[in-house]
Amino acid sequence: MSPHLRRTLRRTLVVVGHGMVAHRFVQAAVERGLTETHDVVVIGEEARAAYDRVALTSFFEVGADALSLLPSGVYDDPRVRLLLGHAVEGFDLEARTVLVDTGEVIAYDELVLATGAAPFVPPVPGHDLPGCFVYRTVEDLEAIRDAAATARSGAVIGGGLLGLEAANALRGLGLETHVVEMAPRLMAVQVDEAGGATLARHVEGLGLHVHTGARTERVLGTDAVTGLALADAEPLEVDLVVFSAGIRPRDQLARAAGLEVAERGGVLVDAQCRSSDAHVWAIGECAAPAGRMYGLVAPGYAMAEVVVDALLGGAGTFEGADLSTKLKLLGVDVASFGDAFATTDGALELVFADAVAGVYKKLVVSDDGRRLLGGILVGDASAYGVLRPMVASGIDLPANPEELILPQGRGGAEIALPDEAQVCSCNDVSKADIVAAVSDGGGCDSASCVTRCTRAGATCGSCKPVVKKIVEDHFASIGRTVDRSLCEHFALTRQELFDVVAVHQYTSFDQIVAAHGTGRGCDVCKPVVASVLASTVGGHVLEGATAVLQDTNDAYLANIQRNGSYSVVPRIPGGEITPEKLIVIGEVARDFGLYTKITGGQRIDLFGARMEELPAIWRRLVDAGFESGHAYGKSLRTVKSCVGSTWCRYGVQDSVQLAIDLELRYRGLRSPHKLKGGVSGCARECAEARGKDFGVIATEKGWNLYVGGNGGANPAHARLLAGDLDTETLVRYLDRFLMYYVRTADRLQRTAPWVDSLEGGLDRVREVVVDDALGLGAELEAAMATHVAAYADEWKATLDDPEKLRRFVSFVNAPDLPDPHITFRSERDQAVPADSDGPVLLGAAIPVGRPR
Amino acid sequence: MTAVCRVEDVPVEGGVCALVDGTAVAIFRTHDGNLYAISNYDPVGMASVLSRGIVGTRGGAAYVASPLHKQGYDLRTGQCLDDPEVRVATYDVRVDDGVVWVGTS
Ligand code: SRM
Ligand SMILES: Cc1cc2nc3c(=O)[nH]c(=O)nc-3n(C[C@H](O)[C@H](O)[C@H](O)COP(=O)(O)OP(=O)(O)OC[C@H]3O[C@@H](n4cnc5c(N)ncnc54)[C@H](O)[C@@H]3O)c2cc1C
Ligand code: SF4
Ligand code: FES
Repeated sequence: MSPHLRRTLRRTLVVVGHGMVAHRFVQAAVERGLTETHDVVVIGEEARAAYDRVALTSFFEVGADALSLLPSGVYDDPRVRLLLGHAVEGFDLEARTVLVDTGEVIAYDELVLATGAAPFVPPVPGHDLPGCFVYRTVEDLEAIRDAAATARSGAVIGGGLLGLEAANALRGLGLETHVVEMAPRLMAVQVDEAGGATLARHVEGLGLHVHTGARTERVLGTDAVTGLALADAEPLEVDLVVFSAGIRPRDQLARAAGLEVAERGGVLVDAQCRSSDAHVWAIGECAAPAGRMYGLVAPGYAMAEVVVDALLGGAGTFEGADLSTKLKLLGVDVASFGDAFATTDGALELVFADAVAGVYKKLVVSDDGRRLLGGILVGDASAYGVLRPMVASGIDLPANPEELILPQGRGGAEIALPDEAQVCSCNDVSKADIVAAVSDGGGCDSASCVTRCTRAGATCGSCKPVVKKIVEDHFASIGRTVDRSLCEHFALTRQELFDVVAVHQYTSFDQIVAAHGTGRGCDVCKPVVASVLASTVGGHVLEGATAVLQDTNDAYLANIQRNGSYSVVPRIPGGEITPEKLIVIGEVARDFGLYTKITGGQRIDLFGARMEELPAIWRRLVDAGFESGHAYGKSLRTVKSCVGSTWCRYGVQDSVQLAIDLELRYRGLRSPHKLKGGVSGCARECAEARGKDFGVIATEKGWNLYVGGNGGANPAHARLLAGDLDTETLVRYLDRFLMYYVRTADRLQRTAPWVDSLEGGLDRVREVVVDDALGLGAELEAAMATHVAAYADEWKATLDDPEKLRRFVSFVNAPDLPDPHITFRSERDQAVPADSDGPVLLGAAIPVGRPR
Repeated sequence: MTAVCRVEDVPVEGGVCALVDGTAVAIFRTHDGNLYAISNYDPVGMASVLSRGIVGTRGGAAYVASPLHKQGYDLRTGQCLDDPEVRVATYDVRVDDGVVWVGTS
């Protein structure tokens, strides 16, 4: 019976391992409907759900949670059961059962092995001393980090791709770092001798000690590592050792069960990834299709798709994979693709080397010079994005192929990719797929959207520049200049408008539109001008002619609701509030009959105020010591806090005090979009600071500052800008960061997309904010100081000014008559808007005031 | 017609709401000094709010954007600029000796 036919009995699919490939397998199984017929049980030995092992090194910067591929820890599909923190101990091919270390025996119809690989630790004496590590899991990295805290120096055994990455990490942890490689060059698998030499020069130039042709004889030490003994060389004095000498497929279970394994390890599988038992499949690094294992994630993903296809009755096969790599280590680009070592018969090599600049590039071309077979790039891998797809798609080379590797300006040529060229090898996305995504019907209007929709660029990221280029070229080809005009009145971006206003010191919309715009503005440009003027000129938002520029909510210093009433949100800095103030809020809400709700931002929102009631409500609140919470403004909202060291047994700093200080410092700051902050008292992060535009997390030594986070429609975690800061430095960096954002971001662009939009992204922000590369620091700080000094509560100022109060009337000729369009009904004992079904006609008998 | 307020009571490029014969009327003053009166009721957002919108121009036409969901309305005709099916009522408005008069019939 074909698996497409409806079955009366559901079948069980067991997956062993929950790593990157298993996760992709389950995703594909759910997406392609395999769970309609199968219950899926996934058993993973690691305590956490699958995470991005490829990006493992960034754990030191972003923490484990940011790496998770399944942040919620469960699949949306209830037919998938995920059992984490438990290993499968064996399986029985006859009985078709697996044994879990809990003692549970699970019967399967189909079994998928995705157990990955384990680091190979050469059996040198001392390899198991305390201070020896491998580099594979989050736990490994945590252990390395902890050991590095008290170590001075370390060695990585293995100078391959992973070894260099590990060495980079040790360097980042502040250790004097050695790389010990048995082969005569670094990255022996990917690069040739000349490339390896260029790479070694770069790596040494950065302060690492490279020992090639060096065999480790033993790890020295009695209770812990003290050094490394090398053959034919002086021993190295080191406090910790990381083994990165290759990986071995985790095929022990398969061996024990009697499945065939490949000569060099790995579960032997056919092109459909089926093992020697018809109901057992293997994918990822534990599998050896046609006897060969692949230590990269993209082939594993391809195998996952093939097995899902096979289980659905499809005929897809795995036909080997592209082992091209591109990486940036210690700032050095290294790429290797296709037949990098010119093993094809008659292959020719073209080499460009510039020893001074540290650049080495080699192309391998077919004997007729017409096809690119592979290549190696060290020091400058910018051509990788164009070259690798040329190998994959086998297109004809241009007449002078050497142009492809000559530096720009010396004749370096631009080559157009054919449609079928595979641009993203991690996710098998072609140029045509990308163009389709941005064409009519594709629905994407930016490279970042293409990455979300097609996955191109979502894994290792090395194809992102090419994706962006294709998107831009496509827009250019259809005559669509990516139009960044604000609106029909201004052919300027918000940043350009900001600069124009600052340079000419304009103070009014009239001046600005007369000089740089057309018409009389609209609901897009007027609020932008209002926001820019708030930054450059300051002053009250309802002052004079600026009042009519304000967006809906700023115009009445309150948030409009669906029925035309307003909500009132007093500021509660850091979420800390006295009982007396709580009582005042309660009394005001009760006396004005306002619906009351605790917000998601640690404060209290009072809904259902009529516009003409706002001044009276705020009179009471201001008298009790409250001020505007700016819930209505594109400005600072809240700085959320956790209770911190004052009460919490884990807290290491006073997070409440800092949250209050920051909220009071930046209150009222008008910005391109709203701004939110958070401060947590320790790494447990109860304030969700990394979900904010700026988030601060206490450390033993001070504060870590994260930027560019938000919730909302496209959630993003804030990323580390700088660590272990004292409070003064923290505030200085924040002043700069926020002012830089206020000045340069687009309209309604939150900090996360703004950071991404900058050339260089977060690194650029760090250059400007931390390194002060533009020399703007003092100016940005001064601008913030001006804002802080000039801050005044908008509501108090409004109450004190009869001119500003004039707008708070229901009808200009009947100022206190409640608008009969606004009515309420009761729900859960509070007032909520009653639905409107059209304009209301008041009896003509209602007395109406005369004009004065 | 009903006298509702003085011209200065209507902000330039802003609006006020007046009660005229039991109807909520939004009165606007544009940059060139003209006055316009349309229904205050936003038929899309279903609330009486149009006088609180931002006033400007679209193409050549003076318009107001609803504060709720930003649909534009031509101040001369009441025509919704984002939906040909939607139009709000317009009213006569004139100024006499600095006083704004609005008629609903
Ligand atoms: C009241 C509240 C919901 C609640 O009952 O808890 C709320 C209510 C509104 N939110 Fe919110 N948001 C509230 C917390 C949040 C949070 C949670 C938080 O702040 O921790 C988020 C996600 C976090 C974030 O912003 O990164 C949130 C993400 C949004 C978004 C999406 C922003 C984005 O970048 O995608 C909008 C839409 C927007 O701003 O354009 C929005 C817009 C709104 C507006 C202003 C919509 C509007 O224009 O009418 C709502 C009116 C508020 C009012 O009338 O007072 N609200 N909103 C919360 C007020 C918090 C406060 O004390 O100020
Ligand atoms: C630091 C680092 C950098 C890397 N960089 C790159 C890169 O740039 N590009 C690239 O393509 N690849 C890279 N890789 C390799 C890539 O991470 C792997 O190819 C990929 O993770 C393989 O996926 P997998 O699911 O087969 O194995 P894994 O991700 O290792 O998952 C296997 C899982 O199975 C679990 N497991 C094993 N046995 C059992 C059992 N008996 N019971 C239950 N669970 C079990 C394991 O604990 C593990 O969680 C890198 C790897 C590392 C460590
Ligand atoms: S983040 Fe840390 S200090 Fe703050 S409440 Fe949570 S556990 Fe306590
Ligand atoms: S090539 Fe790795 S994400 Fe595209």
